[in-house]
Amino acid sequence: MKKRRPREFLMQGNEAVVEGALVAGCRFFAGYPITPATEIAEIMSVKLPQVDGTFIQMEDEIASMGAIIGASLAGTKSMTATSGPGFSLVQENLGFACMAEVPCVVGDVMRLGPSTGIPTYPSQGDVMQARWGTHGDHPAIVLAPSTVRECFDLSVKAFNLSEKYRTPVILLFDEVVGHMREKITLPRPEEVEVIDRIRPTVPPEWYIPYEDTTQGVSPMAIFGDGYRFHVTGLAHDIRGFPTLRSDEIGPFMDRIHRKITLGFPEIQMGEFFQLEDADIAIIAYGSVARSARRAVIDAREKGVKVGLLRLITLWPFMRTAVERVIQKAKMLIVPEMNMGQISREVKRVNEGKAKVNTINRVDGLTITPQQILKRIREVS
Amino acid sequence: MPEITKLIYKYLRHDKKFPHVWCPGCGTGIILGALIRAIDRTGYEKDDIVLVSGIGCSGRIPVYVDFNTLHTTHGRALTFATGIKLANSNLNVIVIMGDGDAIAIGGNHFIHAARRNIDLTAIIVNNNVYGMTGGQYSPTTPYGMRATTAVYSNIEQEFKISELAVTAGAVFVGRGTVYHAKLLDSLIERAILKKGFGVVEVISHCHIQYGKQNLLGSAVDMMKWQRDNAVTVQEAKRMKSEELEGRIIIGVLVDKDLPIYQDEYDKVRERAKEGLSSLEG
Ligand SMILES: Cc1ncc(C[n+]2csc(CCOP(=O)(O)OP(=O)(O)O)c2C)c(N)n1
Ligand code: SF4
Ligand SMILES: [Mg+2]
Repeated sequence: MKKRRPREFLMQGNEAVVEGALVAGCRFFAGYPITPATEIAEIMSVKLPQVDGTFIQMEDEIASMGAIIGASLAGTKSMTATSGPGFSLVQENLGFACMAEVPCVVGDVMRLGPSTGIPTYPSQGDVMQARWGTHGDHPAIVLAPSTVRECFDLSVKAFNLSEKYRTPVILLFDEVVGHMREKITLPRPEEVEVIDRIRPTVPPEWYIPYEDTTQGVSPMAIFGDGYRFHVTGLAHDIRGFPTLRSDEIGPFMDRIHRKITLGFPEIQMGEFFQLEDADIAIIAYGSVARSARRAVIDAREKGVKVGLLRLITLWPFMRTAVERVIQKAKMLIVPEMNMGQISREVKRVNEGKAKVNTINRVDGLTITPQQILKRIREVS
Repeated sequence: MPEITKLIYKYLRHDKKFPHVWCPGCGTGIILGALIRAIDRTGYEKDDIVLVSGIGCSGRIPVYVDFNTLHTTHGRALTFATGIKLANSNLNVIVIMGDGDAIAIGGNHFIHAARRNIDLTAIIVNNNVYGMTGGQYSPTTPYGMRATTAVYSNIEQEFKISELAVTAGAVFVGRGTVYHAKLLDSLIERAILKKGFGVVEVISHCHIQYGKQNLLGSAVDMMKWQRDNAVTVQEAKRMKSEELEGRIIIGVLVDKDLPIYQDEYDKVRERAKEGLSSLEG
């Protein structure tokens, strides 16, 4: 009898992303090497051919994004992974995937920018780019793991959400999370919930590829299925053909936003840590949330009532969770490795109800528990 | 029923809101006709064909035909096609691009697709201009010609698309014109049937933008120019380079065999699995 593989691993965040993707059914990866995301491509190039999947190194990230959309249209779950400079390049075709509603996953392991910046230093500078990087109004789902195990879980989740909502999903994490090694226990593949896109069951003559439904998501045929439909980045009618009619464009734009809004309860994930009685609340994500958790534990030992809202989903922004937190906590601390990206969103929701403190760091160093603790002391 | 009616009935999308977007007399329609005739000759099922395009006047071809069709972003059509083919190699993937699309913004994708030798067919509509955006110069606008962004005449040297494809490693390269319709049908058919990356460059006319700015006359005049200036590959071999100046060499420039990406990748899969079993064993 073959020995069951032990499910305990010492693994890097980037590697866990690959493991999660493979369990979720990803069988196509196109990418271009870039620090600190390269390991994802390297490991994919080893593992995908073992499971009859395909890895290809493209000529740039624009091409990588195009290739994964193509693969998805042909019925194969697909992803790419990159970092700042490459993330800028994927934006054009990322918008195509939003417009044509093609499921796919994009990893962005954030490094210090702008431009080439410091490839090996962490940052959280792409939060707004992940939301608004491609032009035009579009929905965005962005997930931000902060542990290696969560890299696995959210990688699976990213595929599930992208398939269910027919939209690209971005896995956004900083260099620390990508390169950090932790001992983790992974579930067996059969224990993991995997969601596949809904395919049409009607005869081809009846298929309307972009028809509205109660959930706003239409069944998706794949090329070669016999449905012979048209896919375009132009604004299109429910049959998928280009249209210039406002009475068709409006409902389409409404639908691609509505399908995400209807999914909020499932899409928006956060962790409420010691918030019940907290006067001070920290709102953090990614590796900074790890420092924040430590700071909360240390401050509590000194009797300060502080808690942490850890954002697992960055976009769509968790407005209701923040609203819940500020009902009690009148002092907020938002530490980020950027000049203040999520804190802007927090301020928008807060509307002056609580005081919002920011801790910002863009010098390539991580935000430490001590730094957060110091601020807690200052404001308490 | 005449042949043409049968083809129209079989391949055009009848639920698509016609009329089409092209100017009357545009060469793009002739290329659509050639494409349909060529596909019909291959005998491939409509369900197994994916027609992919970029952005431009030529990029609008797929919407009218009853295949799996994909209208991508400007210059990126080959990248989408690469994903489709590698995800399902049973599909016959044909890509239509304009000269700006394939050679300017998509130039990098084009040479790499040719080099990789994935089994795709690339048809490039070369009308020497950016038609859709209103007549700006493209990488194939000849030196000395005019465009809306080169009103003082173009000072750049042009790319020769087919020669570029040959150098980049395409296993099949053919050049035709919209005037030489029969040749065009057969070039496209051969490129589709060819295992590997096949390229057909079609010299077309944009009488509305390019023709007007350069006083080249009507669509018919521009097609006559194609007729009068084309020389076959065989004829060109016997001509001196001065004599070939300003001529269009038509026919098959390359037809060779190289390993196809998908076949090579199958071997990668085998090697990967061997590695796996030896690790476990
Ligand atoms: C990224 C990007 N840049 C610019 C454009 C605008 N644009 C649309 S079509 C086109 C040129 C088309 O020329 P060509 O590829 O030769 O096709 P033709 O219209 O001549 O068939 C341009 C520049 C665009 N759609 N996308
Ligand atoms: S602008 Fe030129 S290429 Fe475009 S449809 Fe008109 S004639 Fe054809
Ligand atoms: Mg052109």
